[in-house]
Amino acid sequence: MIEQTITITNRAGIHARPAAMIVQTANKYKSRIFLEKDSAKINAKSIMGIITLGAGFNSSIKIIAEGDDESEAVQAIAQLFENKFEEE
Amino acid sequence: MGTSSFTVLNLLSMEFSQADDLKLRCVGGRKGLSKTIETPDLNRPGLALAGFYEDFAWNRIQIIGNGEFAYLTMLTKENRLNELQKLFEFEIPCFIFTYNHVPDQTFIKMAEQVHCPILITELSSPDFVSRVSRVLATVFAPKTTIHGVLMEVYGIGILITGDSGVGKSETALELIERGHRLVADDVVEIRSVSGNYLMGSGANKVIGHHMEIRGLGIINITHLFGVRAIRDKKQVQLICNLEEWNAEKVYDRLGVDEESIEILGIKIPKLDIPVKPGRNIPIIIETAAMNERLKKMGYNSAQEFNKNILRWLESESARAVYFNDQE
Repeated sequence: MIEQTITITNRAGIHARPAAMIVQTANKYKSRIFLEKDSAKINAKSIMGIITLGAGFNSSIKIIAEGDDESEAVQAIAQLFENKFEEE
Repeated sequence: MGTSSFTVLNLLSMEFSQADDLKLRCVGGRKGLSKTIETPDLNRPGLALAGFYEDFAWNRIQIIGNGEFAYLTMLTKENRLNELQKLFEFEIPCFIFTYNHVPDQTFIKMAEQVHCPILITELSSPDFVSRVSRVLATVFAPKTTIHGVLMEVYGIGILITGDSGVGKSETALELIERGHRLVADDVVEIRSVSGNYLMGSGANKVIGHHMEIRGLGIINITHLFGVRAIRDKKQVQLICNLEEWNAEKVYDRLGVDEESIEILGIKIPKLDIPVKPGRNIPIIIETAAMNERLKKMGYNSAQEFNKNILRWLESESARAVYFNDQE
């Protein structure tokens, strides 16, 4: 299992479009991938789940992956956050 | 949203249906609205008002009813407010006055100084206490979120689970089309109600009854199918776990032995339903719901079937004795 905590750097936070990008990326990997914010932990392959987190600007999220391609999965998702979802 | 602490402001701004409305408003100590309510219990601070502070449950919501209010009024009239000073030395989450009683300005000022919110309700004490207890019991109930779809099918709350992409949402859509109701898609919040049963609802009001269907995107079920297609909450009574057909796995062919899964310490019957082209999952789920109802009414199809077979075999072997004798 691999974990990585990241901070949301795009102003708008995780709205529908970034959520869709995360889901699309997560679905490329076989691992079970979760995002955790506060006490809520949701499946990163579910758009509604990710939106429910209500992750706004500057909030921090933990990416958790478990499976054969866990390190690649965490890296790819973290990359999305670093690129600010190609928004800014 | 999603945080674990429940503040006075959360209580004040909760949305209720008519029957549960707490009718609260804030008249003072607004700076303390961010105070956390840590326990679902309530306290009537009669003894504390009278000066007896041993075992004072200060961390609970303090309810001021008729009796307490009368005593408070007497204290203010006789200018004995210094006796109250000790009360405000405790980190009280908030005071709630029932019967629309408005406390004296001096009392409010004292509360303002220590940032202790003063709320007022027009309800009577017994009515308010029973409502707020119900509300707090839900808030403080152990809860968890589950990835799945919660539907009401023929009155039975069915949680459809399964890996991403197995077709949960598509199954749910077909069930909605067939006249059943959607409670929550994708993220289902489940609470244990007094340790007896599980209540499921959507995790977030903003998301409401939206669904994500691959190829379509996000759709609004309420607008597309109307109010008949939705429900706010429903008891979880059965879990249908969809999984890709696995030729190696042994699927239940009889249904005599019931499998169950434990959520928050409560056992819920669970069915593993294999998915493959040509299997109409919504109809299987509808049937599972009806079968579950039948079981609740005391009739277990699989067990009754087996009982009949056993009876038949017994009578056959009893007859066989006679036939054997004749030969």
